[in-house]
Amino acid sequence: MSNKVYYAMYDDDHKCLEGAKTLVGEGVHVSDAFSPFPIHGIDPVIGVQHTRLGICAFLYGITGTMTAIFGIKYFMISDWPMIVGGKPNGTMLENLPAFIPPIFEFTVFCAAHGMALTYLLRNKTLPGMPARNPDPRTTDDRFVLEIRTAENHEMTEEKIQSLLKSTGIVELDVREIEAH
Amino acid sequence: MSAVREAQIRIPLIDGHKTYHDISVDICKPIESKASRGWYICITIAGIIALWGIGCIFYLVGTGIGTWGLNKTVNWAWDITNFVWWVGIGHAGTLISAVLLLFRQRWRMAVNRSAEAMTIFAVIMAALFPVMHMGRIWCAYWVLPLPNQFGSLWVNFNSPLLWDVFAISTYFTVSLVFWYIGLIPDFGTIRDRMTKPLAKKVYSILSFGWTGNAKAWNRFEIVSLVLAGLSTPLVFSVHSIVSTDFATSIVPGWHTTIFPPYFVSGAVFSGFAMVLTLLLIMRKVMKLENYVTVKHVEYMNIVIIVTGSIVGVAYLTELFVSWYSGVEYESYAFINRFSGDYAWAYWSMMTCNVVSPQLFWVKKWRRSLSFTFFMSFIVNIGMWFERFVIIVTSLHRDYVPSSWTWFHPTFVDIGIFIGTIGIFFTLFLLFARYFPVLALNELKSILKTSGESYKEEQWKAEGGLYRKSS
Repeated sequence: MSNKVYYAMYDDDHKCLEGAKTLVGEGVHVSDAFSPFPIHGIDPVIGVQHTRLGICAFLYGITGTMTAIFGIKYFMISDWPMIVGGKPNGTMLENLPAFIPPIFEFTVFCAAHGMALTYLLRNKTLPGMPARNPDPRTTDDRFVLEIRTAENHEMTEEKIQSLLKSTGIVELDVREIEAH
Repeated sequence: MSAVREAQIRIPLIDGHKTYHDISVDICKPIESKASRGWYICITIAGIIALWGIGCIFYLVGTGIGTWGLNKTVNWAWDITNFVWWVGIGHAGTLISAVLLLFRQRWRMAVNRSAEAMTIFAVIMAALFPVMHMGRIWCAYWVLPLPNQFGSLWVNFNSPLLWDVFAISTYFTVSLVFWYIGLIPDFGTIRDRMTKPLAKKVYSILSFGWTGNAKAWNRFEIVSLVLAGLSTPLVFSVHSIVSTDFATSIVPGWHTTIFPPYFVSGAVFSGFAMVLTLLLIMRKVMKLENYVTVKHVEYMNIVIIVTGSIVGVAYLTELFVSWYSGVEYESYAFINRFSGDYAWAYWSMMTCNVVSPQLFWVKKWRRSLSFTFFMSFIVNIGMWFERFVIIVTSLHRDYVPSSWTWFHPTFVDIGIFIGTIGIFFTLFLLFARYFPVLALNELKSILKTSGESYKEEQWKAEGGLYRKSS
């Protein structure tokens, strides 16, 4: 069986979602979906796992909190104790109320930037990266499902094509994947 | 039909029977076509003012902050007034993008992008002032806890001024990241529409190779949500920390615990006024009337009534507590505010901030675009006076009467303040020309719940009475 990829194009997000449900119901493996905005509900249908970026943000945040606490303890308590305005500075605990604002800010700083960088890296969206959407219209008003023959060995090409056509597509693009 | 059904009472947020493609076309039009004569005129004026401001900044840095009108009694004046004013203006953007996202307010989609841009430019303007006030700006990095050869001598983490360094830098960078992450998919749309090779290349770089696949959108939504969750306490913390610059001091008129909430609501109040100033011009010039409807303006005016009323209550509470506290110095500070040498500033502030937002209770007025535009200026003038009153009237009557004095701004004070307005508008005009001014892909996601055609369909199906927004 040749190694081909089908790009089935829809002109409506709802039709695209229904199409994906029909295809998956018939046993077709849908590799990916491209759309100008998130199609709610498509992720579980085509088997996209929920992202763990939220957990990452928490870990980055807690790293920021700990760095800020230990940093401030070193600067203000251990290395060079500073007595300003009679504020108690004998121990970290006594002085903690005054340190909450910078600790909070640094937590947010680390969580937000750590998560944003992880997001860009995981998405492979970085300056200079080429666009990898199958059709320029997928960022405008078209919704595309990607089906690879290599992932659908049990189906014939004709079967896939006829199934796709039954879901109300507006265009079907078939591309050969070159063997490396 | 969309999976999300909206109540009939909600009128359309996108007028004019738009399709997904229409939204792309409408928002990309200003970027793809030539700039109008009006844009060139505006940017020339803003640019000249900006250059004048930059000239004043160079003069200040070269000569020293003695060129400001400060004296030993009034040692903080326009610089910190302008700083707080600009930071306050910056608050609306993050409030719209973060807080309203958490509250699932769909109308934010049409205003968040330009409000966030405004936030970023306003915070840059704000940050200029403390840096300039350092005098020797090449030593600005001393505010960071870096190892050095003075001991090591560290920065003072007990000081609200240092908290400000952390708050403002975090606020600026997080807002920038939030804004840019939202811009990436829209740059992708522009990239795919562009035909000119150079522009295509530039937008291709700006779009970071955005693909818009399912996993990317899945991540996008979580990143937006978590960033909104992080930015929400950030918005409140930043202006609270700015207020502690005053509240932790022992100057009568500053040493009050009401400052943090009072400053935060004042910030949102002035920020929404600035968003309205910019949006009302933008919707007219860029023909975005179908996206930024009268209803949007009305919603923002309602936020102005709420925050303006909180500010009003705060003013009166301050006044009451200064008398009720029985502290002579505190009472004097407030009596001096409303009856002393700077009473004109106090009463301007009261008129602009307390009386004028109440006019928006009248539905006709809060839905009137010209009245709103006029009021947006009034509010910002009032909020500038608020900071001026707090800062200068509290300082100019020192404990020792022989130190009593006035503050007179010099041409450098005025030049830098007006200059920052010029720089701000120059940056905003460049943004409006080259960036998508509305979050076009987010707008597409609400088209089926809030678009006019879809609303009409839904209402017909449910037997309701169709109402148009404006």
